[in-house]
Amino acid sequence: MERDYIDILHRCFRCGWCKFPSNYQDFNCPAYLKYRFESFSSGGRMWLIRAWINGDVEAGHRFSQILYSCVTCKNCVEACALPYIKDKLVDVFIAARKDMVEQGTIPPQVRDYFKAISTSGNPYRLPAEQRAAWAEGLDIEPYTDQRYLLYIGDVGSYDDLGKAMARSVAMLFKKAHISFGILGNEEISDGNDVAAAGEEGLATHLAEQNIKVFSDKGIRRIITLSPHSFHVMKTVYPLHGGRFQVYHYTKILRDLMGKDLAPGQLDTTVTYHDPCYLGRWNGEYYTPRAILNAIPGLRLVEFDRNMQNSLCCGGGGSNFFTDILGTGHDLASRVRIRDAASTGAQIVAVSCPQCYRMLDDALKAEGLEEVLQVREISEIVADSLTA
Amino acid sequence: MYELVFDPELCLRCTSVDCIMRCQYISMDLDEAKREHDALVRGEKSSILSQCVTCYACEEYCPYRNHPFYHIVEQQEKLGVHPIPIPIEKSQVVMMGPRGKIQPKEVRRPVIDMCFFSIMKGGIRGKLFEGATTIEGSDIFCNLMFLHFARNSTIKERLPRMIENIMTNYLTPSGIRELICYHDECYGTYTSWAPAFGIEVPFTPVHLFDYLYHALLEVKTDIKPLNVKVAYQRPCSNRLCPETDHFVDDIFELIGAQRPRRTYEYSNALCCGGVPEAAQRFELSEELQRKNVEDMKASGAQFSVFNCPFCFWTLAGPVAKAGMIPVMMSDLCLMALGQ
Amino acid sequence: MFTNETLSRIREIVSSEYVTNEPEDLYIYSRDQGVQDPHMPDCVVMPSSTEEVQEILRLASREQIPVVPMGGGLVLSGLSVPLKGGIVLDMKRMNRILEINEKSHYAVVEGGTSQGMLDAYLKKNFPHLKHSLPDAPPAATIAGNIAIHGSGHLSQSQGGFHSEMVTGLEVVLSNGDVVKLGSCSTVPYWFSRAPLPDLVGLFLGWNGTTGVITKVGIKLYPRPKLHDVLVYMTEDIDLAPEVLTRVINTETAEDINYALSPKPDYLNGFQMMVINITANSEDEMALKKKIIRDVLKDLYETKESGFMPVPPNMKTGFLEAPQKALSKFADVRRGGGFEYVGAIMPIERIPDACRAGMEITARHGITYSLGARIIGKGHCAMFFFAYPFNRVDADEVEKVKMALEDTNEASLRLGGIPWKAEVQGQQLILKQMDPGTYSLMKRIREVLDPAGIMNPGNWEVS
Repeated sequence: MERDYIDILHRCFRCGWCKFPSNYQDFNCPAYLKYRFESFSSGGRMWLIRAWINGDVEAGHRFSQILYSCVTCKNCVEACALPYIKDKLVDVFIAARKDMVEQGTIPPQVRDYFKAISTSGNPYRLPAEQRAAWAEGLDIEPYTDQRYLLYIGDVGSYDDLGKAMARSVAMLFKKAHISFGILGNEEISDGNDVAAAGEEGLATHLAEQNIKVFSDKGIRRIITLSPHSFHVMKTVYPLHGGRFQVYHYTKILRDLMGKDLAPGQLDTTVTYHDPCYLGRWNGEYYTPRAILNAIPGLRLVEFDRNMQNSLCCGGGGSNFFTDILGTGHDLASRVRIRDAASTGAQIVAVSCPQCYRMLDDALKAEGLEEVLQVREISEIVADSLTA
Repeated sequence: MYELVFDPELCLRCTSVDCIMRCQYISMDLDEAKREHDALVRGEKSSILSQCVTCYACEEYCPYRNHPFYHIVEQQEKLGVHPIPIPIEKSQVVMMGPRGKIQPKEVRRPVIDMCFFSIMKGGIRGKLFEGATTIEGSDIFCNLMFLHFARNSTIKERLPRMIENIMTNYLTPSGIRELICYHDECYGTYTSWAPAFGIEVPFTPVHLFDYLYHALLEVKTDIKPLNVKVAYQRPCSNRLCPETDHFVDDIFELIGAQRPRRTYEYSNALCCGGVPEAAQRFELSEELQRKNVEDMKASGAQFSVFNCPFCFWTLAGPVAKAGMIPVMMSDLCLMALGQ
Repeated sequence: MFTNETLSRIREIVSSEYVTNEPEDLYIYSRDQGVQDPHMPDCVVMPSSTEEVQEILRLASREQIPVVPMGGGLVLSGLSVPLKGGIVLDMKRMNRILEINEKSHYAVVEGGTSQGMLDAYLKKNFPHLKHSLPDAPPAATIAGNIAIHGSGHLSQSQGGFHSEMVTGLEVVLSNGDVVKLGSCSTVPYWFSRAPLPDLVGLFLGWNGTTGVITKVGIKLYPRPKLHDVLVYMTEDIDLAPEVLTRVINTETAEDINYALSPKPDYLNGFQMMVINITANSEDEMALKKKIIRDVLKDLYETKESGFMPVPPNMKTGFLEAPQKALSKFADVRRGGGFEYVGAIMPIERIPDACRAGMEITARHGITYSLGARIIGKGHCAMFFFAYPFNRVDADEVEKVKMALEDTNEASLRLGGIPWKAEVQGQQLILKQMDPGTYSLMKRIREVLDPAGIMNPGNWEVS
């Protein structure tokens, strides 16, 4: 682990601000919310990493569970009381995971996740030929020299809800005559969650592969479906020489609202769930809301904990694929759905394919399908166009 | 040590005693004013020393530019009159003292001196400040605020070093001579206080409003007239550079802001009330705040625009409560550019 | 004795995912943020109901296993560190807010409910009501705080320690029996401890040695719309009691604090009296400020002391409750730690306490922050001697430990009593305590905890 990180481990006071949103209404750290032991708080993690480095504890099963239950949502970064260490908290956890990867002490699910990507190019172990299945029948062009590449990512390519989201976004772009193409079966993982899980070598390899493909095709502007892809391409790829103009699809969609896309009346109440990699990681809170607010009749109500205080769906940091957090009443996604229901909204709007799946599963687990729907923003826009 | 360029004979010959007679906070008839004023000039005790609210206005009122206010401050310090409680004064001296942490850095035009107010750096953005470099902090701080604390000595001690810091670390290596003063307290320091004490200023200070006006001219076609009524809160520091006051009207004309007439503006501007609060003159402070806000409101203003961050901090809350929008001048200009 | 069989039995009582004897978890629960030595628990359990607490205590009683109840775990003086091993009962899953009685102004919460959660709940659902928040981080629990005689931002205006704001308790005794104390023992309401024999005190200040608090009734107070702060500053260390008393006697302040710290450097040597005022209208606020200023007029007119102008960014920090800035103190030595002696003492001893704190820290070569909160209408002060330390600097940790011991002694000498004292501090108190009192304490514990399993090592003569 880098000296910079080792040097701050002991500076955590374990005061527990990191567990909460700014109004303290409930625990806002998904790992702590689920497990409740102090060891699963960010402070507990800091102290345990230090104990591990000092040889006071070993990197056994529990240690790896504690480290890998962090969903890298950055609530702790937002809430920590200590200015000097707060920005580095999640970086420290990822750095510890890197060391665990090197030492081979990672949980089996994480190992399997890395292996799937290494061998199949995606975490689902599905053939690359199925990557573009979501686009079948939509008449979407492969990328040649269009203005934008629409990068779909793993979840958008293989998960049913992710695929629906990809279709919806692509159809809106087509309707608005956006010049874009896709990589189809040539697409590979973006590497964001691999990096968050500590496999730096694989993450770098994926970044370099992607950069090469993008560069070879002369791609300069990329629209991503996932905030995770958006983050890694915008902030990490430049470190590997890949400098592209990267947009999350909501940015493009916002600019189309009221111009190329004219929404009609849609009488519904919506609450918007901020994805961590768009919100806390990249400070983008208003663009998705601007899209929803541009729909006549749509009433946007807020979660009690929103924006910087949003409760993660629990899917970040590779947990979407490794499921270290498992199941249970206190799973972040289920708490989030209960919170959504309490807002009185009929729809929870999402802008991330991982959040979409996590919250939709939670909706079913909570048995709230009758009162609430999880919908992706472009789907809501599409509804308004036909309304 | 630097000595104030002050001609006592000129003062003693003065028959109008504008410095006291026009003062908005000291009430005396001409005889008493002359008597107290002359005692002050002769270096004797005078009630003026304790009554002064340190608003700087007499620097503007004096027809001879004989620096009556700087002389008051000299005398307050000499005779141990503390306008503000001693522990607060001592604490401020330490708080605002140079940290000696300045590092040379390359600066590009326009160089904006933010004074101590790094917190206001958010206002330096957009078309008006493209490519700007900001400099700020305790090592380039003008220290003129110590006029309110009867501490010319602190300014004398620190200012030459601050000027040297600005030159050696920023301006000289980058070959720049102009320094835009975000706060007109800095501008007043370099154009009024420093010359009055014989301190050389090797760069050309530019008032923020002067800069804004000319920057607006450059992008005139992008301006969308605001069509709002804006009251201006003139700060005490502008009394040291009254020649810049016209830029408020000039800027308003460019950005399409109307300036409704208010009682307390131009040479009749009233202190925001911040310093009297520090001086424990609470009733006066509240009265000044109330008068300013009521005056703005009565003028029909929708916005209240500030130059001085300290005035802004003092009045922003009461202004907002009265239903007007408090804003710094740089932000008002950016609004006119849709930024 | 704790065995694998014990662990299995506990897992039958509490869902196994909330029972742990994993070394990583035990490591964290073996220590708190202060400088006390670590002690390993045998397991950590997070019950979700009073019934589960009962079952665990029955088991522990039968098998003579120590039980240490834990709230937020933020006491800093090791009170929830298991000195003799056993079970740490982490109460934070029991965090339901059970009742808010708007008209009779009380809340009933479970034993693991955090201060932050109750505050958020009230702000959302009963914005006109609040409870007294301690300066601890929001993770501190209501039950933990009242059990240690905590105090907070309404302690001055609303008459005392948080333990005095308790209207009733539900407690599980060491044998697993549940007792209700206060009005809730007789009627369905939790409005007060009176007029019944007051048994609540059997569980307040005992450091968890008499039972496990599973429910708390706590008083609520109006939450005025406006909140502002005045800060009075002086260099004269002996002036503080006079200033504080004058302000207290105006009965217009909500919270009154005193602070003296060498950092930041511009405050070194200056005493600050931080006076929080709340009001329902601008007029009321202005009047209250005027009243407070007027009683100090003769002092500030000398210019030897005065009200400090508080810029908005600084004011935000003062008005925050709980204050994040207090946690930042842990980083003063860039080492993630501080510990303090909080001595409950007469207000007139504040200057001497300051001198003692400065002398002790100078002698040990450590730094400090000193301060006090007024408790009641000037009935006493919680004076804190806080010492930050660098966790990786063993020498500094040792110095702070010694300074804490010296400070405990100094506090007692000054007529104060260390609050939530660590074991060594408790020993000092007991040494000075009236023997009859200690004898009664012992007899009460023998009745309530005959097996001696409740947080053993605390309130015991070594």
